[in-house]
Amino acid sequence: MTSAKTLFDKIWDRHRVRSVEDGPDILYIDRHFIHEVTTPQAFDGLRKRGIGVLRPQQTVATADHNVPTKDQHLPIQEALSRKQVEKLTENCAEFGIELYGLGHPYQGIVHVIGPELGITRPGMTIVCGDSHTSTHGAFGCIAFGIGTSEVEQVLATQCILQKRPKNMKIEVNGSLRDDVTAKDLILYLISKLGTGGGTGHFVEFCGSAIRALSMEQRMTVCNMAIEMGARGGLIAADEKTFEYLKGRTFAPQGEQWEAALEDWKQLHTDEGALFDSVHTFDAIDIEPMITFGTHPGMGTSISAGIPHSEDPSFLSSLDYMNFQPGQQLLGHPIDYVFIGSCTNSRIEDLRAVARLAKGRRKADNVEVWIVPGSKQVEEQAKAEGLDRVFEEAGFELRQAGCSACLGMNEDKVPAGKYCVSTSNRNFEGRQGPGARTLLASPETAAAAAITGKIMPAHALTHPEHYNLSPA
Amino acid sequence: MEKFKYIKSTAALIAKENIDTDQIIPARFLKATSRAGFGENLFRDWRYHADGSLKEDFVLNTHPYPSKILVAGKNFGCGSSREHAAWALVDFGFRVVVSAYFADIFKNNALNNGLLPVQVSEAFSEVLIQKLKSNEATELEVDLDTQSIHIAGTEEKELFEINSYKKYCLQNGLDDIDFLLDNRSEIEAYEASEKKKSWVAFY
Repeated sequence: MTSAKTLFDKIWDRHRVRSVEDGPDILYIDRHFIHEVTTPQAFDGLRKRGIGVLRPQQTVATADHNVPTKDQHLPIQEALSRKQVEKLTENCAEFGIELYGLGHPYQGIVHVIGPELGITRPGMTIVCGDSHTSTHGAFGCIAFGIGTSEVEQVLATQCILQKRPKNMKIEVNGSLRDDVTAKDLILYLISKLGTGGGTGHFVEFCGSAIRALSMEQRMTVCNMAIEMGARGGLIAADEKTFEYLKGRTFAPQGEQWEAALEDWKQLHTDEGALFDSVHTFDAIDIEPMITFGTHPGMGTSISAGIPHSEDPSFLSSLDYMNFQPGQQLLGHPIDYVFIGSCTNSRIEDLRAVARLAKGRRKADNVEVWIVPGSKQVEEQAKAEGLDRVFEEAGFELRQAGCSACLGMNEDKVPAGKYCVSTSNRNFEGRQGPGARTLLASPETAAAAAITGKIMPAHALTHPEHYNLSPA
Repeated sequence: MEKFKYIKSTAALIAKENIDTDQIIPARFLKATSRAGFGENLFRDWRYHADGSLKEDFVLNTHPYPSKILVAGKNFGCGSSREHAAWALVDFGFRVVVSAYFADIFKNNALNNGLLPVQVSEAFSEVLIQKLKSNEATELEVDLDTQSIHIAGTEEKELFEINSYKKYCLQNGLDDIDFLLDNRSEIEAYEASEKKKSWVAFY
């Protein structure tokens, strides 16, 4: 019997109010993020029961899923979206919850603003009615997505009834190639483990390749832990985490910061702690990736093309995408590029795109949308002059929101069109009915924007190796 | 929440794996602010053409029985956490979904809405899918008390797992919020405890 514990178990145990006999645990929640789409029914539930929000000061709201990414100073045109956003505003006012709504300098995608404001911190439990809540795990905390009934539970009691997931370790050793990004890394892992590979588990990502990632890159990795079916992913906090958080708007200060730091430094998996399952990978095996099917597990290195399979689900996916087994992807013409979403819409993503776009121009056949993850990212991009680089390249810099990741607002990809997207899901119709999504890194998306085809970023710096004639 | 004890019904079959919640209810139909009416758009883009006409080959359009059970390929309900997926299935009339495994968030959402996710072995799933393919009038019996699923008129039967707390909630039509509200004093005691304060004061 060992007393060594995983990071996940340490944080879970700290937050366990008690275990229900033969049932789930009552887990205390430190931070609850809410947005307009998955909360109106939860607030209605509170009203029906005649109860309030137990800890409104631990709840933070923003409007992101439904919001337009143009002319945000004007009323929302689409009536149902407008109503949902207004409902959030009314509910926050009635129940005393801080709202970073449209026009607020802190507004943005819920998983972008939590970290950038220093609200997300190591050791916490965080939930949100959105599956990509796993993003926050990059800070060494337990963060996971929940349904609306669970949102109501947390509003009412600051707790959630939850079965403790199993522990999974994913270790990635060695160094990533220079042309390989965090997005390629996570797409690679999902392609190896499958979309159900993590079901029932919480994943700790570790190993030298994970350590070497910046905080924003770690967020990209944890963001997509849900796409392998995991309840969430987390990465132990280290000096990079502390450096990122220090001085942020709501980060602890002075003595509180010192006390926090002392605590956070204890938050790591003990030597000898047991995991329910372990997967080990070598970073050097990973190449720039792209998806070709209708779930995130259908990914391949750009150069390898589509594999062969007789599986009916696989073939029906390819049918939707209008691809064939064995087909080459390199050079395939595309129509849209979307750079945004809680996966890849942070300042480092925009800088990476700008570096490749500088002095170049988008292909005529492609429409390019860049949607920053937050108002603060947008302002930072402008302060650094990235907006001018994008404008000269013919890329359209829009305003913050979830946008074409799920097409709840006007930003939809038309039926039958191919979109290279930095988002997280390539499900049928995800970006609009009939739209065909190819998930990739911001760098690959930039290369696609400029060449009009599926191309790795390497093609921009070494054009002699690629066929770049117009699509 | 409606109580759940026992159901005998024919079953609709979608023998596809990895059915994500975007297929169950596409994002553009998530704009309602009530829980009602989502059944209308259940599997919207598989049921209807873009012009609103029915797709003739989709099971929910061709199936001749008002089934309370949906049988699907493995990893049902993956993707988005939207509870609207569970609402849409229940609103359409389903009380049970059978799959070789479910995505975690969907499973919770289903249980919170009186929709029973029955996880069966891959072998049983395969037998069941073949049986439904050969005869769409096949009836299934799902008994929560004995935690069993049975293909009526055959020897094919399997037990399924459900934790006893959730089973009790379903049998009695209780939801988690009632339970948690009853535990409020313990929750507040936890908040005030040294265990919590010792490391969370700076939050």
